Amino acid sequence: MTDFMVDGNAMAGDLREIFAMDVTAATVICAGCGLVGAVATLRLWGHPPGIVARCPQCEEVVLRIVRAPDRVFLDLRGALRIELPLPS
Amino acid sequence: MGIISPGFGGRRRSSRPDLPPGQYLTYDFPVLSAGPTPRIPLDRWRFTITNETGTRQTWTWEEFQKLPAEDVTVDIHCVTKWSKLGTNWRGVSLDTLFADTDTAAEYTMVHGYGGYTTNVPLEDLLDGKAWIAYRFDGAELEPEHGGPARLLVPHLYFWKSAKWVSGIEMMNSDEPGFWESAGYHNYGDPWREQRYQGD
Amino acid sequence: MAGTAVSRRLIWRVATLVGARMETPTARTLVLQVPDWPGHLPGQHVDVRLTAPDGYSTQRSYSIASAWPGDGTIELTIQRLPDGEVSTYLTDIYRIGDPIELRGPVGGWFVWRTAQNSPVLLLGGGSGVAPLMAMIRARGAVRGRQPFRLIYSVRTPQDALFADELARRVRDDPGLDLRYVYTRKTPEAWPEPPRRIGVATVNTYGWPPEFEPDCFVCGPTSFVETAADILVALGHNSQKIKTERFGGTS
Repeated sequence: MTDFMVDGNAMAGDLREIFAMDVTAATVICAGCGLVGAVATLRLWGHPPGIVARCPQCEEVVLRIVRAPDRVFLDLRGALRIELPLPS
Repeated sequence: MGIISPGFGGRRRSSRPDLPPGQYLTYDFPVLSAGPTPRIPLDRWRFTITNETGTRQTWTWEEFQKLPAEDVTVDIHCVTKWSKLGTNWRGVSLDTLFADTDTAAEYTMVHGYGGYTTNVPLEDLLDGKAWIAYRFDGAELEPEHGGPARLLVPHLYFWKSAKWVSGIEMMNSDEPGFWESAGYHNYGDPWREQRYQGD
Repeated sequence: MAGTAVSRRLIWRVATLVGARMETPTARTLVLQVPDWPGHLPGQHVDVRLTAPDGYSTQRSYSIASAWPGDGTIELTIQRLPDGEVSTYLTDIYRIGDPIELRGPVGGWFVWRTAQNSPVLLLGGGSGVAPLMAMIRARGAVRGRQPFRLIYSVRTPQDALFADELARRVRDDPGLDLRYVYTRKTPEAWPEPPRRIGVATVNTYGWPPEFEPDCFVCGPTSFVETAADILVALGHNSQKIKTERFGGTS
């Protein structure tokens, strides 16, 4: 039973500041258990400036965002790969 | 700074000269976690100090409760900008726990149940600067705030006061823990506003 | 194309409140004029940032409830939470003519595109109906033919957002169906006692999995978990279920 409150949809704005396209629709492979799913389905923990996104299946950390006033740190070591669809 | 929202006050707070830079005083106790709250039955709880050669000292909950404890009142400062002044804790000083530890290492990695880690130099844990705290405000420390026990090292940002503490590992060189490797400052002195890597 | 331009940088914009109306005694729709709004897809949201005179600031995300282009404004429907520092400002204090900072539109996963051909099943809990309403309004604006079914869970009839508009749309459009679920208090002569959303309701008032509907579930975390589990239990393909949780209790 988890008590997380929001999902990866809530990261859409922060990720859109880093990437030139929406990333919530991107698929991510969890380095912990191999689950393939949309970034929007990750479970968010933490509070600005530090956000943690965990795998909905194994709960391992998939990505972390730390947002300083003038820079953003993006840690993706928990993601084996991210696939971003390019608009046609 | 963003444009001011006319008539917006926000939750009850104040900024005062005796707070570290960028902090606001809060009157509640926000719960901030990097993951689900681990539930540790007391009969399974252990606290372990592991030195740089792998030698371990372990306390069970019963043994831990028999150690001399202190009641302390400290100010705490969170990197999310909240400070709480005059918080009351009961815990065992790290000086007590390290009394018989054989180590030449200068750095530690603090571990919590659930996988959380944070690095703290040994000298920042000793000489009355840190405790393993198990009571807050006169009651048992609640799981959402780190119970059964958490590290309390109030002179650093509160992400260093690892919740659900399970042990301390001596390191010969400094390695970043969970938040430090994600972008928070390696040391985290609120009075020098060391929030992020590179500050 | 609205909301999907690759190279457009996401910036904080200053919008102005040009209209407001109460949907219920505790929920207020804000009508905002946003300069150079690029347009948005139904289901997308904005981040709103408030700043106090001492520099303290805080942010929240709100779904866009209106369809684009409409009349060129965007609408956010805010549910007042008793101890919410942002929601109480937006429902009680924020006045016509006042500025507000917002960032968006964002979100490219929880969206419905009018070009999708499948039937659509919408499950909304409380104010989670807001992005679903954007989808219903978008379908209405283009006279979409995809059949839509909304199952909307509320505490009491007085808590239902957009009730009059939904009743009108259902009356005027045979392709749109609506079923309420009341969790605390039902209307007079309601055939069942108050209860949370369950398998029977979704089975009866949703689409069968053989129709392969696009499913959108939005609301508090516990509602979304329950509703999504029900859809999977009924045999819906989890790849066709999109969820948006926004925290809080049920």
